[in-house]
Amino acid sequence: MIRFFITRFGMVVPTFFGVTVIAFFLIRLIPGDPIELLVGERGIDPERHAYLLKELGYDRPLWEQYLGFISNLLQGDFGTSIVSREPVLSEFLTLFPATIELSLMAIIFALAIGLPVGILAAVRRGTVFDHTVMGISLTGYSMPIFWWGLLLIILFSGTLGWTPVSGRISVFFYIEPITGFMLIDSLLIDEPGAFSSALRHLILPTIVLGTIPLAVIARQTRSAMLEVLGEDYIRTAHAKGLGTGRIIGLHALRNALIPVITTIGLQTGVLLAGAILTETIFAWPGVGNWLIGSIYRRDYPSVQGGILLIACIVIFVNLFVDLAYGLVNPRIRHSGRS
Amino acid sequence: MKHRIFAAAAGLCAAAAFSSAVSAKTLVYCSEGSPEGFNPSLYTSGTTFDASSRTIFNKLVEFERGSTKIVPGLAESWQASKDGLRYTFRLRRGVKFHTTKNFTPSRDFNADDVLYSFNRQGNPEHPYHKVSGGTYEYYQGMSMPALIKSIVKIDDYTVQFVLNEQEAPFIANMAMDFASIMSAEHADKMMAAGMPEKADLEPVGTGPFQLVQYQKDAVIRFKAHPDYWGGKAAIDTLIFAITPDASVRYQKLKAGECHVVPYPNPADIGAMKADSDINMLEQEGLNVGYLAFNVEKKPFDDKRVRQALNMAINKDTIIEAVFQGAGKAAKNPIPPTIWSYNESTKDYPYDPAKAKALLAEAGVSGLKTNIWAMPVQRPYNPNAKRMAEIIQADWAKVGVEAEIVTFEWGEYLKRSKNGEHDTVLLGWTGDNGDPDNFLYVLLGCDAAKDGTNRARWCHEPFNDLLIQAKRTSDIGARTKLYEQAQLVFKEEAPWVTVAHSVVFMAVRKEVSDYRIDPFGGHIFYGVDLK
Repeated sequence: MIRFFITRFGMVVPTFFGVTVIAFFLIRLIPGDPIELLVGERGIDPERHAYLLKELGYDRPLWEQYLGFISNLLQGDFGTSIVSREPVLSEFLTLFPATIELSLMAIIFALAIGLPVGILAAVRRGTVFDHTVMGISLTGYSMPIFWWGLLLIILFSGTLGWTPVSGRISVFFYIEPITGFMLIDSLLIDEPGAFSSALRHLILPTIVLGTIPLAVIARQTRSAMLEVLGEDYIRTAHAKGLGTGRIIGLHALRNALIPVITTIGLQTGVLLAGAILTETIFAWPGVGNWLIGSIYRRDYPSVQGGILLIACIVIFVNLFVDLAYGLVNPRIRHSGRS
Repeated sequence: MKHRIFAAAAGLCAAAAFSSAVSAKTLVYCSEGSPEGFNPSLYTSGTTFDASSRTIFNKLVEFERGSTKIVPGLAESWQASKDGLRYTFRLRRGVKFHTTKNFTPSRDFNADDVLYSFNRQGNPEHPYHKVSGGTYEYYQGMSMPALIKSIVKIDDYTVQFVLNEQEAPFIANMAMDFASIMSAEHADKMMAAGMPEKADLEPVGTGPFQLVQYQKDAVIRFKAHPDYWGGKAAIDTLIFAITPDASVRYQKLKAGECHVVPYPNPADIGAMKADSDINMLEQEGLNVGYLAFNVEKKPFDDKRVRQALNMAINKDTIIEAVFQGAGKAAKNPIPPTIWSYNESTKDYPYDPAKAKALLAEAGVSGLKTNIWAMPVQRPYNPNAKRMAEIIQADWAKVGVEAEIVTFEWGEYLKRSKNGEHDTVLLGWTGDNGDPDNFLYVLLGCDAAKDGTNRARWCHEPFNDLLIQAKRTSDIGARTKLYEQAQLVFKEEAPWVTVAHSVVFMAVRKEVSDYRIDPFGGHIFYGVDLK
């Protein structure tokens, strides 16, 4: 197990450096000068332009800037936003709980519906239910997030008035962030209605962000279950006279879950990418919304630091997923020995 | 069923919260973005100014709400010396600064606060100059370092600005956002505590609202300043609910989640006008969208060619297709909301036959050129590519073949400033409501040298009029000079003046006396809820 852990962890280091290269250079490949963008039509005289470039350290060769970036990173410094002048890490940490809260809700939503539906579709393979579920999930998977979000807002918030339009909680509740998780903070302030307001604000963004993972999980669960259900040991279990519920719940599901866990791990990246759009539509103050704004403003440090931090999270989630396999499937953790 | 009960219960709770809050008059403004910070001298965006200089702070002089007229602010009166080099401001007495959780002012506003607010920007040796990475782009952009020689405190309630040269628009500059007055006492206290940047993060001003809380990218909360010198605001709490998407803002307005919404989608304007809960306010913007000819390139050095290409463009099509009605054809380089706008200017009529004849007279045939189209949406030009296509088609009818060129925005600004274009689409939004801020900044000879004058047009008779107007503070005399300048401009035709946009604001019916700010700001002092 320890060897397994070390091997997996050893792969994280080169991946991390690969990501620093991409995070640093990608935004710099986009044409556009942050100072020109800042001053807009007004323009700026070349002397002052050169002075500001120097102040920001953008007058040095790119490779030198990259080395500076890496050396700062190793000291835990992710840079300072050139727009707000705040440290990138502290901006990220302020906004990140909102993204985690939304992503967790979305993945819970996707699992809560995707798993049972996938299992049922596999068990009732070829039935109308199966075809319907697979058809809907294909539609869900191809859904453009922006359109989907707006459609739900117009229907449920605009026309029916069931859910709030956007934000994390009604603006009439004065909440000082304690944990940064609105569901928890709204309970802590002990004001009637705060928690339910926070919950209601989560409904639509959760559905929008959870739609694609839900579709993927449902399909993945179905195909994994189908594969397992055709195995000899399932036939044996049937032959022993075990009940269907026990066979599916105990024997089949546990084995079918391995590829599903992989999918959940891979979905972290999809979730964070989806969060960027979802947050923009629902005015959800998370890192996605912030990153988009930073790209528009060519706020290099925020974009570089933000992408790097998000990439690190994806790397670590995948690492944990790898480790979780080991726990679920002993063949994987012992494979190193053979 | 359970869900329904849950939804109903949640609705009741929210309604209860709403009703207890509205009894204390809360106005919610769905703003379009997050402020960069709360010290307006450090930043340049209107979004930041809405949340700082237009709520928390005052200036020595202010723009009257809903107009470009200059009225007393923290200065009760001001006087220019005969040579126009000294401006003396008499400061208002008894003006209280905000009391925040970390600061209680021990004195009223006085000359020290004026000195702090300006010296911080202008004097590189000032202890606060470098705080919060200050670069003071607006102060720099308005050429204040070159203009202000010194600022003298005559007594606690009298301050004198000494200028290096005569500059009549100086007073208008003093009403701009960067000229906001901040508390020197607060700054000193934060510096002594070793946390100077807190002076910017926890702003203390004299304005009608004070900052209570900012949750990044989500909500800004203000409360009315109880001791505001102009009288306490009619609304007690002002909330900015940050909502970047225009369609979502509209839904929030419909659902009653906000009272005031800026920048509606042009496509939604019709539906908003038809909604009985919404008042749609509109006003011509303080801007101009134009096409500049690079007069340094042939054949645009010949004014007949410029005139001909003016006549070849059908502006009505542009207003219809590009602005979808939310624009007005421009005949002068300044918008009609600015004083000295010359009503008598005659625009070039749409006349392709005459255009052809003029081109032939200038000896131009088979002209191949380019039209630069901006890659971004601006109020003065919501769709530059479409505009360029219309111009391209119009010019083709008079035998001019134009290629449409575009670049990334920063690159576009840089290259057009270097004069790489033949013709370029661009525009301008006024800073201080002074005609000089359009005419000299965009068409003066200095601007031709540094490239802000995209036509690179330096015409002595025109420039002389502008210089004369700078040197007199008599509005009547200045008006005459600018009116004349606009006629010279039209005759010389360095631009096609395309359009002025119309600004829309959607407010709910219960909001009373909201006025559109010609500078594009969103101002809530003076607004009430029925």
